[in-house]
Amino acid sequence: MSEPATLTTVTPAGAARAIAIARLPEQGMIMLRADLGAAATKKAVKAAVGTAMPALRRIEAAGARAAAWMSPDEVLLLLPRAEVDAALAAIAKAMGTAHHLAADVSDARAVFALSDGPVRAVLAKLCPVDLSPDRLPPGEVRRTRLAQIACAFWFDAAGAATLVTFRSVAQYAHDLLELSADPAAVPPFPR
Amino acid sequence: MSTRLATGGRLIDRTRPLGFSFDGARLRGYAGDTLASALLANDRMLVGRSFKYHRPRGILASGAEEPNALLGLGTGARFEPNVRATQQPLFEGATATSQNAWPSLAFDIGILNDLAARLLPAGFYYKTFIHPRPFWKHLFEPVIRRAAGLGRAPREADADRYEQLYAFADVLVAGGGVAGIAAALAAAATGARVILAEQTAHWGGRAPVDGDRIDGQAAAEWVAAALARLGAMPNVTLLPRTMVAGVYDHGYVLAEETLADDPAPGHARRRLWRIRARRIIAATGAIERPLAFAGNDRPGVMLASAVRDYVVNWAVSPGDRTVIVTNNDDAYRTALALLDAGLAVPAILDARPEATGALPAALRARGVRVEAGRAVARVLGRGRVRAVQTCLQAGEGAVIDEIPCEAVAMSGGWSPVVHLWSHCGGKLRWDEGRAMFAPDPARPPTGADGAAMVIAAGAASGALHATDCLRDGHEAGRRAAAEGGSMPPEAASPAEAPHAEAPAEAPLMPVWRMPQGAGVRLAAKMWLDFQNDVKVSDVELAAREGYQSVEHAKRYTTLGMATDQGKTSNINGLAVLAGAIDAPIPAVGTTTFRPPYTPVVIGTLAGEARGAVFQPLRRTPIHGWHEARGAHWEPVGQWRRPYCFPQGGESHADAVRREVLAVRNAVGLLDASTLGKILVKGPDAGRFLDMLYTGVMSTLPVGKCRYGLMCNENGFLSDDGVVARLSEDTFLCHTTSGGADRIHGWMEDWLQCEWWDWKVYTANLTEQYAQIAVVGPKARAVLEGLGGIDVSAEAFPFMAWVEGTLGGIPARIYRISFSGELSYEIAVPAARGLELWERLMDAAAPHGATPYGTEALHVLRAEKGFIMIGDETDGTVTPQDLNLGWAISKKKADYLGKRGQERSFLTHPDRWRLVGLETLDGSVLPDGAYAVAEGTNANGQRNTQGRVTSTYFSPTLGRGIAMGLIARGPERMGEVVGFPTLDGRVVQARICDPVFYDKAGEKQNV
Repeated sequence: MSEPATLTTVTPAGAARAIAIARLPEQGMIMLRADLGAAATKKAVKAAVGTAMPALRRIEAAGARAAAWMSPDEVLLLLPRAEVDAALAAIAKAMGTAHHLAADVSDARAVFALSDGPVRAVLAKLCPVDLSPDRLPPGEVRRTRLAQIACAFWFDAAGAATLVTFRSVAQYAHDLLELSADPAAVPPFPR
Repeated sequence: MSTRLATGGRLIDRTRPLGFSFDGARLRGYAGDTLASALLANDRMLVGRSFKYHRPRGILASGAEEPNALLGLGTGARFEPNVRATQQPLFEGATATSQNAWPSLAFDIGILNDLAARLLPAGFYYKTFIHPRPFWKHLFEPVIRRAAGLGRAPREADADRYEQLYAFADVLVAGGGVAGIAAALAAAATGARVILAEQTAHWGGRAPVDGDRIDGQAAAEWVAAALARLGAMPNVTLLPRTMVAGVYDHGYVLAEETLADDPAPGHARRRLWRIRARRIIAATGAIERPLAFAGNDRPGVMLASAVRDYVVNWAVSPGDRTVIVTNNDDAYRTALALLDAGLAVPAILDARPEATGALPAALRARGVRVEAGRAVARVLGRGRVRAVQTCLQAGEGAVIDEIPCEAVAMSGGWSPVVHLWSHCGGKLRWDEGRAMFAPDPARPPTGADGAAMVIAAGAASGALHATDCLRDGHEAGRRAAAEGGSMPPEAASPAEAPHAEAPAEAPLMPVWRMPQGAGVRLAAKMWLDFQNDVKVSDVELAAREGYQSVEHAKRYTTLGMATDQGKTSNINGLAVLAGAIDAPIPAVGTTTFRPPYTPVVIGTLAGEARGAVFQPLRRTPIHGWHEARGAHWEPVGQWRRPYCFPQGGESHADAVRREVLAVRNAVGLLDASTLGKILVKGPDAGRFLDMLYTGVMSTLPVGKCRYGLMCNENGFLSDDGVVARLSEDTFLCHTTSGGADRIHGWMEDWLQCEWWDWKVYTANLTEQYAQIAVVGPKARAVLEGLGGIDVSAEAFPFMAWVEGTLGGIPARIYRISFSGELSYEIAVPAARGLELWERLMDAAAPHGATPYGTEALHVLRAEKGFIMIGDETDGTVTPQDLNLGWAISKKKADYLGKRGQERSFLTHPDRWRLVGLETLDGSVLPDGAYAVAEGTNANGQRNTQGRVTSTYFSPTLGRGIAMGLIARGPERMGEVVGFPTLDGRVVQARICDPVFYDKAGEKQNV
């Protein structure tokens, strides 16, 4: 990594924020497109990140590794960046001649960790999604938009969210999150 | 005089005085005041001038329906026009100004219009200014425009911030009066997710003012207890100061929440709620109607309900003596409130033949003069009320007596607020007995499930009496939860509605004109629409001139077209129209109710999207480097790409010239990271690309690159780029910078919808890689400087790609050229893009290390005659037009666009086709200039025979070069055509080959 992961801020220096916003530059990611029901694909996911195949809209996590359902024929595998090449090789071996596409997308994305506060209320300002905890429980992935850009996110049991968007708009995403995390304007929603 | 009473005022806090100003005068009010109540407490009865006649206008109402008290609020970048004083809470330092008055509110020159009112009837403008035609545009319209309009637009950008919020609810209750509260309680008890929004800062609506008792408690106490219960429920969201603005398809609702009147810098002032609700309860109450009597627009004439609001809520006396004029029992409550506050009610003029109900009896018992069958003949006084002259309602206006007074409280009955019911098509029924339009439950607005999505409740449904109102709200809540929630109402909803006690009321008598036999002289002073200055006489004139439809009459007279959207005037106006054309009121119908209910600040609609986050700005991994070197930017889609890198005081043109020559003579570096990079993989990938591209991709050997064109089904060129075959079943397709997402979507569209059985997966890897072009005769030397990959001509020929480690960075290099020079495009993981760029700059230092931008890129490709999507193409150009037949397979049975290209118009020999253009004088042709032909077309316009598509000064050749599309162009080499310029000259240019430089391609293949 030679690129600084720091982003500039749009709010005044020292301005308080309702949540913590941190970029995770070391997150490794593999896009896997295949028949998600096939035994070979399940085996490939297991070999790459050690989890079961996630069900519809779910994310299966095992420590620092996870598999997230993206579409009926796509999963996103999350793992430490250093393990990506080995995981790609494991996928190729498990899939054999089965039709699939696996690609390293670690650098194509920007990942943010949102925690320590009303994360759902902040995201509700930007994403047209029902963020109530009983409608979007921990472990469920939502692909949606963050104001004008595509994103995906999920919550953990502690109420923190991981948000994935595209690399080129990392600064825009960061600006949006920062502006929306004004502690003086935390909405009484979702509930 | 209006003034503050010594005691009372349930909403004001006398321990917290606030200073504010009105038209420069420093005034004082209390926390809890509205701007309107504070103005009245300071005897500011005159608050504005009317739109057309500039008549003095005072505060009429106490809520959202206020037509007169529209003020400018704030100054400079925080100025907001047309703020309704009745809805604006007072805050410390508020700066309010009157509108529509010049030179001052007290002495307004526009009042001359009032004296000439008989010359300014409805449709005056239409009738007067039609002829002579040119006068409208140059004389009448500018004058009228200057005189017209309410308020003035802010001159500075809004200094405040706004935000939006997406919310979801089983039941959204609009209106926090007792019906809305009862509905929310009933719905929330089932566990349904409930949002309760109230436009004011206070809950309970009219009930506390009207003195109702609920479940044995005073209304205010019941409201406080109910709110405490709701506030404690996790499934309930309470939103005071939130105006539900509109109901849209499928239960979508917009509501505007005021977060702060005077926010600290950087904090949001308002928030737009974007709510998806399964059921919407419209508990929006009712609006009192004015009565149409002569002089009803004089300051001091107010709605009866507003008078008692000001007395009870804010301890404001409208004057010592208030005459009540009514056609119903409810207005008697105002008399009671005035008496309780120690003020005088000289008379109650009741238009009904008899007034014998419980409320009139109570007033008579307190010694008030109650006159049945009586009306106001006219109001005396100019800047404010001095007295009223009374007459018989049944008569023509002969004056019986004159009653001195300071205020008149009028009530013409109540109209349910049916806006939210109507926005999505809910229909109304005419309630003959109570003379009002109310929601027709049989014809509701329907949602996605085909069932009613809006339920009207309380006064908004027509249940005006407190007892009915509360029961109705409760039932609406139960029903909404049953339909929109997840639990049956029997689960937890209490079957028993709260019970309200209030005196019984006798029926009203419809009164649309007072007195009923008034002649035109009086009718010309009876205001219907106070804001737009529409009178009874205007509507009657429209009827006489043949306007039968209420929608037409509205536009002809402008009735209900002001910023209040006719909240106090619609029903009175259409009733007058119905009377004038002898039609029943329901046959005339209402005009259409449209969102927003009251105006919404534009900033809330824009939300967060301003300044730094107005639009997403896409940045390449090398963006920061360019920025630090002072790159001049060009927007490309949402990317910013360097247009050029000016050095010192260099002009952009000079910078481009320097960059082009550096590439031709030494080496230049281009950040090409924005190029689209789409991975296409699968057993059918070759077959798929053969359909997408006009050429053949399936025969491309692994390790090689091939240029390709994509067309849409119509055969027009859509995108181009180089395809690299990475393995037997994997291709990487480069697209244009702006086309990556579109082409990826195009691929998925075909794969998912048409060729769903083909085994192909795609992945848009555009942002995974930084891509850097190293271009020029010294390019090879630069790459050799980094080392790790053999880039010799033998090992790495033109149109091949290799993979390896370049200077320690994993890289894939494509030997392709968009400039005609020796050129390598190096793709590395994006996170290492900046590192590679800096390493390459270092390695290129001995050769000048020139970064170049998009303009040099354009000049270089134009010198070589390479086309650019978006310059040479515009969606109507085929590859054949651009002489790209060599890139179109003749052997393939099909490709996207093939059949389109066979249509007669696209094969016509007269089509405009690509050629080079060289001016005879060496100048640069204007971009987009047309080549003219002999004669004129059917519209009398000069015929054309072509146009310029790309035009530049070529530093390499030292003269202007251009490409263009010319009719039969390639057949006309050497011909000279003329291009008229905007300054009247005609530039002569010779048609030539579009390749101006190195036709043989020797420089790129070394």
